[in-house]
Amino acid sequence: MSQHEYRDMLPGHADFTLPKPATPVRVNGRRPIPEVPQMNGHAADEPTPEPTRPDVVDVWDQRVASGLAFLRRRLAGTYEVDDFGFDRELSDAVFHPLLRVLYHDWFRTEVFGIEHVPGDGGALVVGNHSGTVALDALMLTTAVHDRHPAERHLRLLGADLVFRMPIVSELARKSGATVACNPDAERLMSSGHLVGVFPEGFKGIGKRFADRYKLQRFGRGGFVSAALRTGTPIVPVAIVGAEEIYPILADVKPLARLLGLPYFPVTPTFPWLGPLGLVPLPSKWLIQFCPPIPTAHLTEHADDPMVVYNLADQVRETIQATLLELLEKRPDPFGL
Amino acid sequence: MVTGASRFLGARVAARLAADPRIERVVGLDPHEPPPALRALLEDVELVRADARAASGAMADLGAEAVVHMAVTSAPDSQHGGRQAMKEQNVIGTMQLLAAAQAVPGLRKLVLRSSTAAYGASFRDPAVFTEDTEPRAVPRGSFARDILDIEGYVRGFRRRRPDVAATVLRFAPFISSTADTTLTRLFAQPFVPTVFGRDARLQFVHVDDALEVLHRSVLEDHPGTFNVAGAGVLALSQAVRRAGRIALPLPEGTFSTLWGLARNVGIGQIGLDQVDLFVHGRVVDTTRLVDEFGFTPRTTAAAFDEFIEAHANGSSLTAARLEAAEKAILDGVRRLRAENSRTEKASVKGDAA
Repeated sequence: MSQHEYRDMLPGHADFTLPKPATPVRVNGRRPIPEVPQMNGHAADEPTPEPTRPDVVDVWDQRVASGLAFLRRRLAGTYEVDDFGFDRELSDAVFHPLLRVLYHDWFRTEVFGIEHVPGDGGALVVGNHSGTVALDALMLTTAVHDRHPAERHLRLLGADLVFRMPIVSELARKSGATVACNPDAERLMSSGHLVGVFPEGFKGIGKRFADRYKLQRFGRGGFVSAALRTGTPIVPVAIVGAEEIYPILADVKPLARLLGLPYFPVTPTFPWLGPLGLVPLPSKWLIQFCPPIPTAHLTEHADDPMVVYNLADQVRETIQATLLELLEKRPDPFGL
Repeated sequence: MVTGASRFLGARVAARLAADPRIERVVGLDPHEPPPALRALLEDVELVRADARAASGAMADLGAEAVVHMAVTSAPDSQHGGRQAMKEQNVIGTMQLLAAAQAVPGLRKLVLRSSTAAYGASFRDPAVFTEDTEPRAVPRGSFARDILDIEGYVRGFRRRRPDVAATVLRFAPFISSTADTTLTRLFAQPFVPTVFGRDARLQFVHVDDALEVLHRSVLEDHPGTFNVAGAGVLALSQAVRRAGRIALPLPEGTFSTLWGLARNVGIGQIGLDQVDLFVHGRVVDTTRLVDEFGFTPRTTAAAFDEFIEAHANGSSLTAARLEAAEKAILDGVRRLRAENSRTEKASVKGDAA
């Protein structure tokens, strides 16, 4: 049983149901088989043989050796970086393990409908944005990478602000993000990458806690025209949980203008508790991928504002409806 | 006719064209005497000591069929009049050269050495520039602005002389074992200043590949604008590590102030556009070049490797040393653990006894 399957069986899971007894099967009129009800209606599994453990000493030796080899590769610069600055090795070895801690243990994220994300070729994943800082984007990346059988990397499209700031811009580029502009989006999609975009932008992450789970305006629908031009399917995704991590009670506009930020949030913990206020509240996260919307037949309408607007609206409604569905599944924001 | 023939690249282009039997006559044009190092190269080239202003007469007399305009300076040279002279040569020189070229009836080809600096570099730009990308803002830095002006003149020239095949080649920074540019000088030092919190994506083009492209664009007809760069990308930090140098991260403000100071004192020649390059990086798409010329320049990584091999002294963290260190640490750990397990076994035995 994998980690994910194990977690999905725990009572905290949104889809948890009490295990049903297996349907009894009579064999030659004898007693029903199986006698003992199995978990979740699964047929009696062959007990999987314990994987023969390699010598413990060797495991540690390998770990030390691979760790050192990794360090050496990093220091000697013998790794590959793609045109956008995406450093696959660094992402897999450093970023994802760190994000996984937040994803599993802090937010207890559950993912539904991962099968709607295509296994190969380009796709545009469009999500709702919330949570004051764009943690939802990072969690979505982790969800796609961890839950998808092909371990796909989601290439995020970020706001200008991200790439203006030092350190953040470096990390963003290395983790595969790029500036949200049509040339980059089209280049990524036409070369078969999975692109993640949050059309609400700052309107989404900077909204008050009172407006939670109300989708904001979807910009000019630039993401739709990019998808249409490349004929890439659009996968709407609804993310529940990010709204509660830093609930914005007020927005200090003058301070934001002074700092050149789109908003300056005041949450129950920030800025009162100083750096401690930066710790996100441990809400329960649900991520639902919706069935992809094909666009290949609309390629010639990429410049038709009506088509673009309608499609953007369709995506928006899908996400909003899915959000409400997910909220019903999760009555307690901070539940298990 | 090759302008800027007394310069590193111009001389090589002239020599290469002169060595080609398909070209009858190569005339080099440069206001300065070629330095002694390049004189051997220029044996077969007729040199005319004239600047672009005097070119009109020369060009008409020679009846030039093709003009390769290489006299574009990327950095002000304090010995030759600094920025003022640089602008004079780049912008005014090109203007006059093109005016002269327009009047030559037999002219069939114009090849211009441009630079990817034309795209500028900023955080708002798309990650990969194609030939059609317009820079979102006018790039800062004198060289980039000159390049934009020059390309503007070429556009005007194309309109007035549609019969001339005008090729504009936007080169990524040059690199090779012998090239001497501000960037190669920077990477040749043991410590390379970088910008803290930024990791620019860099692309290079090998000088030999650049020459090949220039050569082909003189012999064949390739009108249009082309990016010339090695495929692939090196992050600045990665390039520094591959070169075995040590990065010296400085805050962005300090970084540009330092270069400004150095510029004023006359030590360094890093312009503002190169500061931007170090902060934001620049990557171009070379699909059009590969399709049109049928020639693929060697990758950025390969070109850079060649450069490293030629500049091995001054590197401290080389791959070989790192490998040795890795081995030493691994052996050390293995020995320690072997000893530990031996003592454990001994203590277990002792307990048993």
